[in-house]
Amino acid sequence: MPEFQEKSPVRGREQLTPDVCRLTLHAPKIAEHARPGQFVMARAGATLDPLLRRPFSIHKATGDGLISILFKVVGKGTRLLAAAAESVEIDLIGPLGRGFDTTVAGPHCLIGGGMGIAPLYFLAERLMRAGRQASNPPVLLGAQTQAELLLLAEEFTELGYPVLTATDDGTIGHHGFVTELLDDILPEVQQVYVCGPMPMMRTVALKCRAAGTPCQVSLETHMACGLGACLGCTYPASGGGYLHVCKDGPVCSAEEVTWTL
Amino acid sequence: MDPLTGAASPDLRVDIGPLRLRNPVMTASGTFGYGEEFASLVNLNRLGAIIVKGISLEPRRGNPPPRIIETACGMLNAIGLENVGVDRFITEKLPFLRRLETPVIVNILGDSIEEYSRLADKLNYARGIAALEVNISCPNVKKGGVAFGTVPEMATAVTRSVRQATGLPVIIKLSPNVTDIALIARAVEEAGADAISLINTLLGMAVDIRTRRPRLANIFGGLSGPAIKPVALRMVWQAARAVSIPVVGIGGITTVEDALEFLMAGATAVQVGTANFFRPTATEEIVAGLEEFLRQEDLSSVRQLIGSLKTE
Repeated sequence: MPEFQEKSPVRGREQLTPDVCRLTLHAPKIAEHARPGQFVMARAGATLDPLLRRPFSIHKATGDGLISILFKVVGKGTRLLAAAAESVEIDLIGPLGRGFDTTVAGPHCLIGGGMGIAPLYFLAERLMRAGRQASNPPVLLGAQTQAELLLLAEEFTELGYPVLTATDDGTIGHHGFVTELLDDILPEVQQVYVCGPMPMMRTVALKCRAAGTPCQVSLETHMACGLGACLGCTYPASGGGYLHVCKDGPVCSAEEVTWTL
Repeated sequence: MDPLTGAASPDLRVDIGPLRLRNPVMTASGTFGYGEEFASLVNLNRLGAIIVKGISLEPRRGNPPPRIIETACGMLNAIGLENVGVDRFITEKLPFLRRLETPVIVNILGDSIEEYSRLADKLNYARGIAALEVNISCPNVKKGGVAFGTVPEMATAVTRSVRQATGLPVIIKLSPNVTDIALIARAVEEAGADAISLINTLLGMAVDIRTRRPRLANIFGGLSGPAIKPVALRMVWQAARAVSIPVVGIGGITTVEDALEFLMAGATAVQVGTANFFRPTATEEIVAGLEEFLRQEDLSSVRQLIGSLKTE
């Protein structure tokens, strides 16, 4: 699979909430080759602190050479990225890792929690493009509060997906966990795609296992290189040993992962 | 030759004992996989040598996560020497490396003297290996887990056993977690090492103050990156004064200026480690930067810089 390093000028910056930011970057090679579920390693700033790149799943990739990343400011690296002005070049490596398997037939359910919604938009867009819209069950989106969800939910709707939301504070949609919305839908679907916090993905994975429905999860870990060299991004595998999230993932079958928390 | 000016290109060749390199820039073990991982981003044939991820006799799974954590200008790792084992290395990884023009140096590790010598012996029969680098920072299981590289007698014993088992050039990679690096450097020189490389990572740790748990599952790990460069430089200087075999400098080297500091302090060559993670082209940039520096300083060979530090 081709991988590229591109100096990618910022072409758009949206502040979804005080701490959630979406950057659109001009990275034509990465945009051309990216598949849903893959990620980029982005270097924030040119100094040695922060030192390492940060992994971001690809949120959008468009025909005009643009990609978007969606992230919450959680530390120095994301703070620098969120502050990047128009035309500042962000050094990107990508597209990396194993993406979602989109060849599975039949009705499907996408479940995203928090920033885990990011790769699901790209997935939804490609599934739609492949003509998979006919009476599909809703996309399930969860977040802490409605501010994080408003714009994103609207964009899924524009793609043609019905959307159900859940928030921790009940400001929009179901008041509670997004995973609770899955129970009614699960019997109708033949494939579940999930990305979000580990406890949420664990719940979804276990529900899917009980229902006998295949589930693809997108994992997140600390990662130094994203290239398979540092061996730092491990997650316990169900068969013993470890998965390397950058190469064996970030998207894995839920059955490949050990769900102990 | 420079195609525009007709001036001779500066000579970047260096000798690491019997091993001649086209330039003094190598990749540090554990930061460059088995080379293939970087093939789409780096011109592997521009490098002085590729040192692969450390290999043990049997495959190792490594430590539980979290294995890495970023620190100020550096990172801590406790990978636990995860590797595919020597047999799979030879059948699965070496064929790709063999097709390169760049010499391949295999880093080996073990938990007993016997393991090191058996590894060296096995690799004798594999085509396409230019030298061995011996990681002696591993715990000696038979001596209660004390690292081989921290006791001169144990460092001597490992060096001798590898020396006897192989005809390949032997580079001993030293641990910085010692009181007197010169003592260890001299011990491995006397035991037959062709060269030494240093430093391996410095032991460190980090705490999550909210959970009050260590940030690494292994509690402590090895610190690498620009944060350790001054320590590494000091130890390279001390080791280079203590031995007459070539010294390979490692520790936080990210730019050509960093590499030049190590050469001037007495290193014959350098290894780029953590920088490969965040700047995959660091090695190539350093090679180009060395040529540029030699031109600026009107020097014909990089060898004129080695140990050129002025201390009066």
